[in-house]
Amino acid sequence: MSELLVVRDLETQFKVRAGRLHAVNGVSFNLRQGEMLGVVGESGCGKSVTMMSLIRLLPPSASITNGTVMLEGLDLVKANKEQINAVRGSKIAMIFQDPMTSLNPFLKIGIQLSEGLMYHRKMGKKEAYERCAQYLDLVGISNSRQRLEEYPHQLSGGMRQRVMIAMALVCEPKIIIADEPTTALDVTIQAQIVELVKELRDKLDASIIWITHDLSLLAGMVDRILVMYAGCIVEEACLRDLYKDPRHPYTIGLLESIPRIKDHENRRLKSIPGQPPNLLEKPTSCLFASRCTFKTKRCEREVPSLASVPGDVEGSSHRIACWVDTRGRQ
Amino acid sequence: MSIETELLNPLLHVENLVKHFRVRLGAYGEKKAVVHAIDGISFDVFRGETLGLVGESGCGKSSTGFAILQLYKPTSGKVTFDGLELTAMDEKALRPIRKRAQIIFQDPYSTLNPRMTIMDTLAEPIRVHKLLSEKEIPSRIAQLLDDVGLNFGFANRYPHEFSGGQRQRICIARALASNPEFIVCDEPISALDVSIQAQIINLMMDLQEKYKLTYLFIAHDLAVVRHISDRVAVMYLGKIMEIASKTELFSNPKHPYTKALLAAVPEADPDYERNKPKAMLTGDVSNAIDPPAGCRFHPRCPQSKLECRQEPGPELAEITPGHLVACPYF
Repeated sequence: MSELLVVRDLETQFKVRAGRLHAVNGVSFNLRQGEMLGVVGESGCGKSVTMMSLIRLLPPSASITNGTVMLEGLDLVKANKEQINAVRGSKIAMIFQDPMTSLNPFLKIGIQLSEGLMYHRKMGKKEAYERCAQYLDLVGISNSRQRLEEYPHQLSGGMRQRVMIAMALVCEPKIIIADEPTTALDVTIQAQIVELVKELRDKLDASIIWITHDLSLLAGMVDRILVMYAGCIVEEACLRDLYKDPRHPYTIGLLESIPRIKDHENRRLKSIPGQPPNLLEKPTSCLFASRCTFKTKRCEREVPSLASVPGDVEGSSHRIACWVDTRGRQ
Repeated sequence: MSIETELLNPLLHVENLVKHFRVRLGAYGEKKAVVHAIDGISFDVFRGETLGLVGESGCGKSSTGFAILQLYKPTSGKVTFDGLELTAMDEKALRPIRKRAQIIFQDPYSTLNPRMTIMDTLAEPIRVHKLLSEKEIPSRIAQLLDDVGLNFGFANRYPHEFSGGQRQRICIARALASNPEFIVCDEPISALDVSIQAQIINLMMDLQEKYKLTYLFIAHDLAVVRHISDRVAVMYLGKIMEIASKTELFSNPKHPYTKALLAAVPEADPDYERNKPKAMLTGDVSNAIDPPAGCRFHPRCPQSKLECRQEPGPELAEITPGHLVACPYF
């Protein structure tokens, strides 16, 4: 698999009344062709801001202060408005979290779905509607032609999320960023959407970045996972390694704190003590140190960078940002 | 108390509880309609146990919690608390019950008064019910804060100074302030992050043991319910589909809806996810304004028969001691 998107040292800050909020603190990762990458972290860890920074869909108070995002030879951080508009929706598409608020209630589904095709692919309305109907069929919406003439409120939550997915797919993008697309949905509907996305991925050969706070959800779907904490990637591993051999203390804690459906004992849940840190100052130590049970002196002096895990075979992609070798100490 | 008398004498007895909401539809409210939030449910909650109540959004689980505490006046049916029929009482007669039956709400952000200090918030139930003299209140509040793992130094602060997890601890302390026997927990952790959720679940289990509390634990997350409950009731569109002990329900589910719900929950284990049986439900939850005739679940049920569409729908029937299922064809 070749590298499709290469992100290096990305930093995004927000201007807030109290100063600067360091939301993303030097994030580097690659996305391969056809890969499904999971990004997991708690609220405020910068997972959404990182991915929004890729296509610069940020509020006015935010700015990218450092780093590069390379897509097919173009640095999206430095790209001008025309260049970035040609990428948004066309090469990189988004599926947003809340299908209730991401669709315009005043516009018919057809108008909202076909907008991208008419802008990026210069299609006429008739041709665009034809294509939209095909994609609604693809995402499992019946009577697709009639649906194009309906308004969002006439659809249920699950159906609206299917429309959002169709909207992301319709221009056949290379990369789809799905920002917690199932969080607002019920678990039986979530299962439907996850199945749908897995099917579509085989059909369309797009790379997918799936952002979520739910580690359980990723176990059945992605190839590789990035775990984020306080604006940094703290662990990067392929699916199996992350669940079977987690190395960063935060990942270990996160996995232990999830109640499991197949547990037979009422074990006491292990929780991670304390709260996520305040990001108003630029980090000078490991940001997880104050909550970490493996903490050493070095953790409070130096920021660890993402490096191959101790004792790992050469060339594997299991990396953590931690000074401690956690093997055998859990 | 022996087991037999305990079974005859539950703390809370709910019989044929119905709650319908009258709503107006259409842009100008020209159409009247009735939402069938709860459509005749019966169950018992025994002293010292946790009954988990699960279901998807809109199934009536929160309405049930509210109707039990008479925060919504039930349309019909009977709620008996420790031998007293709450549904027959007026607001004044209910007052003494209010201190014995408390509630923890879902959202700790909107259920704390932003203009009241934590001290005032926690003192309010004590003052309203005249439980202690003014002089005794501070030491009681110190104890309450200590119970939920907060420092008494926080007492003069305002809600905005706390994180979500800390606020939920304050809400729990407020519920405990009047020494209740019974607490309705209405999705108390679903607004919190995973690592914080574990802290709150552990806290609630510790408090239950310490103060011999009885919980009605409402949630949509089956893994959490499995963790905290002794028995579990599964709701769908205003009806209870299945009630059983936790072990029985999770290892030997009978109702097609329970089975589908369990299959839809993702588990943080890639091997398990790969091999787990797929029991996908098609379609969405039907509308509570015009619920399907007969069994509420029949439009989505993989085993639906013609008989399932006939009124009246199936009633809960005991198949083994303590395991009740509302489906004759499982």
